[in-house]
Amino acid sequence: MKRHLISAADLSRDDALLVLDTAEEMARVADRPIKKLPTLRGRTVVNLFFEDSTRTRISFEAAAKRLSADVINFSAKGSSVSKGESLKDTALTLEAMGADAVVIRHGSSGAPHRLATSGWINGSVVNAGDGTHEHPTQALLDAFTMRRHLSGVGRDLEGRRITIVGDILHSRVARSNVLLLNTLGAHVTLVAPPTLLPIGVEQWPCEVSYDLDAVLARTDALMMLRVQSERMNAAFFPTEREYTRRYGLDGLRMAVLPEHAIVMHPGPMNRGMEITAEVADSPRCTVVEQVANGVSTRMAVLYLLLGGSEPAIATTSATAVPVATAPANGATTAARTEESK
Amino acid sequence: MSKILIRGAKVLGGEPQDVLIDGETIAAIGTGLSGGEGGPGADGDAPATVIDAEGRMVLLPGLVDLHTHLREPGREDSETVLTGTRAAAVGGYTAVHAMANTFPVADTAGVVEQVWRLGKESGYCDVQPVGAVTVGLEGKQLAELGAMADSAAQVRVFSDDGKCVDDAVIMRRALEYVKAFDGVVAQHAQEPRLTEGAQMNEGTVSGELGLTGWPAVAEESIIARDILLAAHVGSRVHICHLSTAGSVELVRWAKSKGWDVTAEVTPHHLLLTDELVRTYNPVYKVNPPLRTEADVLALREALADGTIDCVATDHAPHPHEDKDCEWAAAAMGMVGLETALSVVQHTMVDTGLLDWAGVADRMSARPAVIGRLAGHGRPLAAGEPANLVLLDPAYRGVVNPAGFASRSRNTPYEGRELPGRVFATFLRGQATVMDGKLT
Repeated sequence: MKRHLISAADLSRDDALLVLDTAEEMARVADRPIKKLPTLRGRTVVNLFFEDSTRTRISFEAAAKRLSADVINFSAKGSSVSKGESLKDTALTLEAMGADAVVIRHGSSGAPHRLATSGWINGSVVNAGDGTHEHPTQALLDAFTMRRHLSGVGRDLEGRRITIVGDILHSRVARSNVLLLNTLGAHVTLVAPPTLLPIGVEQWPCEVSYDLDAVLARTDALMMLRVQSERMNAAFFPTEREYTRRYGLDGLRMAVLPEHAIVMHPGPMNRGMEITAEVADSPRCTVVEQVANGVSTRMAVLYLLLGGSEPAIATTSATAVPVATAPANGATTAARTEESK
Repeated sequence: MSKILIRGAKVLGGEPQDVLIDGETIAAIGTGLSGGEGGPGADGDAPATVIDAEGRMVLLPGLVDLHTHLREPGREDSETVLTGTRAAAVGGYTAVHAMANTFPVADTAGVVEQVWRLGKESGYCDVQPVGAVTVGLEGKQLAELGAMADSAAQVRVFSDDGKCVDDAVIMRRALEYVKAFDGVVAQHAQEPRLTEGAQMNEGTVSGELGLTGWPAVAEESIIARDILLAAHVGSRVHICHLSTAGSVELVRWAKSKGWDVTAEVTPHHLLLTDELVRTYNPVYKVNPPLRTEADVLALREALADGTIDCVATDHAPHPHEDKDCEWAAAAMGMVGLETALSVVQHTMVDTGLLDWAGVADRMSARPAVIGRLAGHGRPLAAGEPANLVLLDPAYRGVVNPAGFASRSRNTPYEGRELPGRVFATFLRGQATVMDGKLT
């Protein structure tokens, strides 16, 4: 694993499988009465959110707290940022406070990359969504969810057919998913009106279709992306109703999917726009499961970036060797549960 | 004034010759000059200064930049007329055109005369102010172009650079109006609606990086329109910082029609591509944006065959904090005066596309003609003004912005090895740079 997680492209196949397998171990913790591991005790994780995102922030917060890390939430609103403080000065402030990891959500594509490469901070940087660039932990939790339904724990997604539908142009979720799913061997198809596909998409490692109905029958997982209604004013499509007719998922379209196929959505959903209530509330829809998986996956990411390469839940009491990239304080030890004694 | 004798300089890259400067003019060019030619100087026959060009250095007419942002008045934190002209001299320039997007905008005779006067006082190179086309660069109402033309600054180039004159009627009127005083409108070709929020070239890289694209068609559609407008009203138009292969085709077509269309290209568009944006380092953020490899090659070819008339730096200084941030928050622009000649040598001369006489044409003679600038871009011959640059093409050095004469450091070439060095620059016989250092 690299020291930072900025792009899904940072993950090799082995890295990605390590995260997913670790997340499986983390998920088992969630089933216990005490949902907490001592692994990151004494470590500080800062959630640096320049954009409103309650879901992603609380997911990271829950993940860090379940690993016993100290969590500082820093949101742009009502902070020094709203007074014009630069990203650099914010970063220097966090560094001075001893942040071991900074989880950053920013409206500008590339801001986490700048944070990680500018020399402003020493800690690990985790991209929690940057502009219209990437959202790698979302892709990891999506892959985690797909794996549980389509291939099984410990496996990759070789040959699985994943269809992603909606505003690909502005979607960081789509970019990260295309990269990660390709790494894991899946076959990705993007579906959108031509106005919502980026220039150069034909060079991405995936297929592209303008016709949702043409791909439904050969889809193992169908991911519906949120479509912002403000896109309508910029002439990306004529009306919301027309978008829904051509690219929305309703019960009739869902019925065309293969029996085993799942319906996914990164949330928050626009019920009635890209997905009908009937589909959203159906047992095939994994939206809520994705939220739960998000915590496990982010625990795995934080653990692997900050804790090292030892198994998260050790069966022996062997002391782990601190990894070179981890700060010297608090020698890295494998997480152990009380029950394992 | 005393005489200066340059021994063994490759005049326009040709065989080594001696060049004698007497006062403000070139007194003689030939072999075996003693310094006594053209009559005694102030100190008698012997030249006060003898420079040995070692049969290796190249002598060109002083460079002329059609596109420089000197930032004064208003943004003296990034550059002043004094620091900008010092940077120009170090780069081998003897004249620069100062763009109008200052604070206040150079849209009145008063502001252009102020800039012109500051240039005179600096003494490092001639400063020819560019006047705004429209009041406040707003694109709504023509600025008093005649007043600027008639002022002490004698403005001939008008541009809203930084913004496009996108209203077709305003552009038409401006093109027509400047005919009265042989002016030219220099267009910053950027269709505003197609480039709202644009951050980089629209293409494969922008799609992957999730940065809003600046499509080539936004430049090309304006160029196509303005070529047709200029032809229709019988005026001349100059295209600033042309950056795409498609723009080259349009200008080539216009020239084949015999229309009076000229164009410039920046050094950075001759060398750098949008692949560099993958670093998200805002030092590569510039407008128009860095394009693709295919564009770069088309621009080089067009500069070589004369479709593109000249190289212009678009020297755009910015304070450190405006680049030390995330991409979207960063200012657009790069400094260029002090590296332009090296980049042109690297991309055009060392590749065999252009010889030194060609460089003199593209970086001095043609921009002077386009800007109607007297006394610059002249042939190297006895009796001509001694606006000269002596450069050492064999030199190899790594770009170190800490040593820049410019007040700003936002160069995309930091740490890059580039060939060539300006050894000396002469402004009307007066050395502004000697042995690579400001005098």
